[in-house]
Amino acid sequence: MTFLLRRALFYLVTLWAAITANFLLPRFLPGDPVQAMITKLGGRLNSDAMASLYILFGLDDDKSIWEQYVDYWGSLLQGDLGLSFTFFPTPVADVLSQSMPWTLGLVGVTTVIAFLLGTLLGVYAGWKRGSWMDNLIPITTFLSSIPYFWLGLIAISLFSVTWPLLPASGGYAPGLVPEFSGEFIGSMLEHAVLPGITIIVSSVAGWILGMRNMMVTVTAEDYVLVARAKGLTQKRIMFAYAARNAVLPSISGFALSLGFIVGGALLVEMVFSYPGLGYVLFQGIGAKDYPLMQGVFLVITLAVLVANLLADIGYLLLDPRTRREG
Amino acid sequence: MSPVLEIRDLSVDYGNLRAVHNVSLTLNAGEVLGLAGESGSGKSTLAYAATRLLQVPGKVPSGEVLFKGQDLLSLTDKQLQVLRWNEIAIVFQGAMNALNPVISVGAQIDDVLRTHRPRMKRPERTARGRELLSLVGIPVDRLGSYPHQLSGGMRQRVMIAMALALEPEIVIMDEPTTALDVVVQRQILGQMMRLRETLGFSVVFITHDISLLVEFSDRIAIMYGGRVVEEAPADEIYRAAKHPYSQGLLGSFPALRGPRRELKGIPGSPPDLRSMPSGCPFHPRCPSAMDVCAERMPSLESVEERRRVACWLEGVHV
Amino acid sequence: MNFKTKLGLGILAFFTLIAVIGEWIAPYDPSAMSDDLLSPPSGAHWFGTTMTGQDIFSQVLVGTRGVMVVGLVCGVLATFLSILVGVTAGFLGGAADEALSMLSNVFLVIPALPLIIIVASMLPSADTVLIAGVISLTAWAWGARILRAQTMSLRRRDFVEAARASGERTWRIIVFEVLPNLLAVIGSGFVGTVIFAVMLQITLSFVGVISLSTWNWGTILFWAQSNQALGLGAWWWFVPAGLCIALLGTALALINFGIDEYANPRLRKVRA
Repeated sequence: MTFLLRRALFYLVTLWAAITANFLLPRFLPGDPVQAMITKLGGRLNSDAMASLYILFGLDDDKSIWEQYVDYWGSLLQGDLGLSFTFFPTPVADVLSQSMPWTLGLVGVTTVIAFLLGTLLGVYAGWKRGSWMDNLIPITTFLSSIPYFWLGLIAISLFSVTWPLLPASGGYAPGLVPEFSGEFIGSMLEHAVLPGITIIVSSVAGWILGMRNMMVTVTAEDYVLVARAKGLTQKRIMFAYAARNAVLPSISGFALSLGFIVGGALLVEMVFSYPGLGYVLFQGIGAKDYPLMQGVFLVITLAVLVANLLADIGYLLLDPRTRREG
Repeated sequence: MSPVLEIRDLSVDYGNLRAVHNVSLTLNAGEVLGLAGESGSGKSTLAYAATRLLQVPGKVPSGEVLFKGQDLLSLTDKQLQVLRWNEIAIVFQGAMNALNPVISVGAQIDDVLRTHRPRMKRPERTARGRELLSLVGIPVDRLGSYPHQLSGGMRQRVMIAMALALEPEIVIMDEPTTALDVVVQRQILGQMMRLRETLGFSVVFITHDISLLVEFSDRIAIMYGGRVVEEAPADEIYRAAKHPYSQGLLGSFPALRGPRRELKGIPGSPPDLRSMPSGCPFHPRCPSAMDVCAERMPSLESVEERRRVACWLEGVHV
Repeated sequence: MNFKTKLGLGILAFFTLIAVIGEWIAPYDPSAMSDDLLSPPSGAHWFGTTMTGQDIFSQVLVGTRGVMVVGLVCGVLATFLSILVGVTAGFLGGAADEALSMLSNVFLVIPALPLIIIVASMLPSADTVLIAGVISLTAWAWGARILRAQTMSLRRRDFVEAARASGERTWRIIVFEVLPNLLAVIGSGFVGTVIFAVMLQITLSFVGVISLSTWNWGTILFWAQSNQALGLGAWWWFVPAGLCIALLGTALALINFGIDEYANPRLRKVRA
């Protein structure tokens, strides 16, 4: 269990670092963009909202930085992330809780699919090294070099504009009300196809390449030779011996690159105007909506950390060496 | 004595480099055949080629490997898979990475039974696993242990237990005890030889340590530069090795029995595959090299009954 | 050197050349408007024109420099940081290692894109060099992690032990004994960082948080997106810049394969 404890401690430190960065950035970067916004909104802000923005963005110059830091944590722990300027006067926390499920559904599911699919293909590519599968490497390299958002643009131009097969934007057909009905779920799935495939295609290549190289390295290990000598079936050697071991570094890689992948996936949401956190972030950029942008950053960081913890648990189950000696 | 494994004229290439040159060897039923030589002599390559375990780019351009009259090199993959471990098992160097680090040793033994004895039920397989562990002197509750939880000696015993799982005809031991300390080495080998007497399998014992071979094998073949340079009963090699390389090899290890001798290594280092010397590959390091040695390779000839040597010093090569 | 590596180096050399001479060989001023509004590729405008009649071919040519400069500056800065942190952590071990490893892992795990978007949009003037600096601050962690592992394994090798035993100064051992053996890893980390930086910069331009006054491939895509190029069917507006990004990324990845295969012989192609 020490392994998990250490990891959990690390994630707490990371979360603390992210929150502290959020606290420090508006205070130490030049300019006072939030003050400008507040002035612009003028009397439309009520005093409570004003107070929380002062705490979050350090406009209260009378207080020392430490007092500000304590107040900041106080606000956060109450779930107060300020008001969004874009969706004025909705609190940031409400905006986030509405868009979070969309992102979890789209980005979460496609990232896991891409990882599983890429790992499986990588296992085959590594096992069949020297065969025609090697020719896939340049293609996958090219695919992995394409920015997510550009692939999204191409997908829209091909499958929504040239051949209008699938919707190009939104999370469901306009006019529908989110509810648990066949019509709504059908429309939701239809809208998720293009962005989902975009995320899968652009992220799967990285997993294929990584897993292939790990397979090639592991296949040269003695225990794979022993498995062959034991007369085990090819399938069993490939999965129980080679892939079983090669997947371990892939899982730690998965955890570490999540932050990067999620960043790319957020862009896909922007391109497809998908109602998740990425699109919210995009709208926030245009309006210089700092409370919203910072809120998105915190929520995404939290989600990535939780996903990391899940990956660690997976690793723990797969690698006996991390378990405590019995 | 009837032969169980006959290697005939076997060569192995790595790309365009020849690692093993036309080797012929016979393993008789119930016998321990020792295969000695420095690293790079081709002894392990020969064993892997004979069991069709060569890694790419290794290839066998010529030769036959007859197991009870059946050529292993011409078997289909399916036939080969069935024969592996059932008839020929291998004890790898267990201290290294021969055991899968993320699977329990019990599961790695169970693997063999599940593949080759599909009718065995799970409890029977577990019972067999326990029986095998106790056969090699490991507490049976270690079945659920992972390799990193065992000592080097225990891992090696697990490898042996695994090799005996299907009661094979032949056990090939490839440097089985190299990483272990001398006391454990001898314990394990002694135990292996007692098991051989009760179970009756034949052994090919590959090691660079010729003193172990002298002690534990019946017959010894000594390899150099991909060729067998001398082959004779173990006690005759020990008493009077004929090839200068064999003599050098014997001189470089302390003897455990018999009169104490002065230890001396062989000058120089084993030849590189890419730049094999002309003629007899040993001639640059040979204390008794003659002109002819640099020009032509002497063939392996019978010099006495049950004894073959490839050296120009022997009379038969006139 | 195999074909893949040569191909990668060739493409990289081509883009480097364009980065240098792009401004001189561009047929038009990339910002100049003309009467050829939204025209598809033709002899006069190889990559077609924008909504306001700007020549896209010239924009791509001129924009190459911004992309390559950010890639290079980030590559150098971030590689320097990763050596500093990674090698120090790996060589010193103990508490210093724990602290530095934790620092790099924190930087790895925190999602960089939203953070940089916030920083970039808060900066009053987000010009190319400043953005390169900000990107470097998030890009060093991966390299540091790998360098740390490599340094740790080197530290136990005989020649390093010997140098330590003979009382050489730590920095001398690091510079003369350790670093030369890390060159392949550093090189591959550098190339990886350049890919990361180029992608991030283009993304930031596309999202619109970097100053749009200088051209790069991302700004072209920003204007294409904000002018509904997709809906208008103006594929030529966003296809060339995207292809350039993908080509440059592929070239760098191919170079990295070359370095990896050099450092890890198991990955080399099997000789027939």
